Amino acid sequence: MKVKQISVFLENKKGRLKKAVHALAKANINIRALSIADTSEFGILRLMVPDPEQAKKVLEENNFVVKLNDVIAVEVPDRPGGLDKILGILTRADMNVEYIYAFVEKKGEKAIVVIRTEDIDEGIRVLRGAGVPLLSAEDISTL
Amino acid sequence: MDEEKRKRIQLKRLQDTVKRAYENVPYYHKRFDELGIEPEDIESLEDIKKLPFTTKQDLREAYPFEMFAVPDEDIIEVHTSSGTTGKPTVSGYTQRDIDLWSEVMARALTMAGATRKDRIQNCYGYGLFTGGLGVHYGAQRIGATVIPISAGNTKRQIEIMQDFGTTILTCTPSYALYLAEVLQKENVEIDNLKLKAGVFGAEMWTEEMRDAIEERLGLKALNIYGLTEIIGPGVAMECHEKNGLHIFEDHFYPEIINPETLESLPPGEKGELVLTTLTREAMPIIRFRTRDITTLRRGRCPCGRTLIRIDRITGRSDDMLKIRGVIVFPSQIEEALLKINGLEPHYQIVVTRPKYLDELEVQVEASPALFSDEVKHVEEAKKMIEEHLQREIGLRVNVTLVEPETLPRSEGKAIRVIDKRKF
Repeated sequence: MKVKQISVFLENKKGRLKKAVHALAKANINIRALSIADTSEFGILRLMVPDPEQAKKVLEENNFVVKLNDVIAVEVPDRPGGLDKILGILTRADMNVEYIYAFVEKKGEKAIVVIRTEDIDEGIRVLRGAGVPLLSAEDISTL
Repeated sequence: MDEEKRKRIQLKRLQDTVKRAYENVPYYHKRFDELGIEPEDIESLEDIKKLPFTTKQDLREAYPFEMFAVPDEDIIEVHTSSGTTGKPTVSGYTQRDIDLWSEVMARALTMAGATRKDRIQNCYGYGLFTGGLGVHYGAQRIGATVIPISAGNTKRQIEIMQDFGTTILTCTPSYALYLAEVLQKENVEIDNLKLKAGVFGAEMWTEEMRDAIEERLGLKALNIYGLTEIIGPGVAMECHEKNGLHIFEDHFYPEIINPETLESLPPGEKGELVLTTLTREAMPIIRFRTRDITTLRRGRCPCGRTLIRIDRITGRSDDMLKIRGVIVFPSQIEEALLKINGLEPHYQIVVTRPKYLDELEVQVEASPALFSDEVKHVEEAKKMIEEHLQREIGLRVNVTLVEPETLPRSEGKAIRVIDKRKF
């Protein structure tokens, strides 16, 4: 199951992240998960939000460059070895992971891992085959 | 006009200009005396080479009114250059000069298709700047309706453009692009506008910019050329063939020189444009070094005009950048950038010298076409632009992606180059 993530181009300058986050806050959009990839010149802000299309619209109205793309979100037990198991599955299937980030669910029992494999469909097939629970867009919005 | 007749008129007017300059402007009297020449020495058009050049600096030193060749009471209007590079230079006009200006501007607007029925939205600044009033006088001479909205207040510009049914737009090309951007943002369909032509000038632009403007505004974008020191806009104008700008050479005599050696170059060769006014009354200007780099083209244009043409200005002999010894004009960088699909035509060039070597940084705005959720793809896009620029201009360039709408949009002349080197 694919879920939508939004990516935002940020200049590596003071106040840019704040401006993006502030735009979302003003539109009453709750950020479920967030990660930033940074280089010396620019950063890519990646977000999971309940309604990605709306968030994209809000950010674009604030002059940000935004992309919507598919990622995989999986649930892992929140204990040592949880992530290791998932990565083991992908490694055995010879899958490249482009980036990954994780967050812990409120109740604290499960962790959610967001994975961007080079080939999303293939990643989903491999994980599903190994019996890993995948989250749907709906799951994300009700987290 | 046949060549003999043209040359006869030009020579007669040149002789008259030289005589009036010598007799009435102390600056020219002194320069002529220093060079040992007299107005009578001008017996052919070729003899113009004997005359001294006039530079911007010379005009500055004559500030404010020392170059005037008529008594104060005959001056009915003054304008100045922007003064961005120092003290402004002043241009004075008699009634006949204003008539001349109206005439050449009427010709220019007519070349863009303006008739009595057109509505010309004039977004050049009114005031000391010559752009606003130059277009205004030309439009009135034709009998077209001029909308003297002047520069700025873009929302209002768009409102008026829709409500009044503007057919001809006059502004700087960078402002035309900005207008297009705002139109798009406001969801105004260009099909609902009545624009047919744009008369764009007062700054350097490129064919790629022309394509972008024409596509986004749905009009024919034509290039106009002029300078305050000579008269203002209306020295030269492009016809619908878009293959160079016709100089109104019955009033302005063009030459091309090598800016380093100052020798004259024949038509077809690229160099600095030098202009001599042939009919200006208040301020005859002899061999003014415009600093603009172009080429003269003689020959009948498919439009039927025989007036000599200049190519689009491709640089200035004084804002030419020397990067690690290589000569680069900002326009080359702009042209190269605009060849890349998905790039916005907004950019800024920053030149630095961190240690001993010049570094050329080109800032461009990130666009959906360049962006991705993966760092490596964004870096590939950046590298692609860098390699493209290097191929086009022959220099290593650092490209920096900046967020959309963060590079300055200018409502007048866009500032494209920031040179931070200390010499």
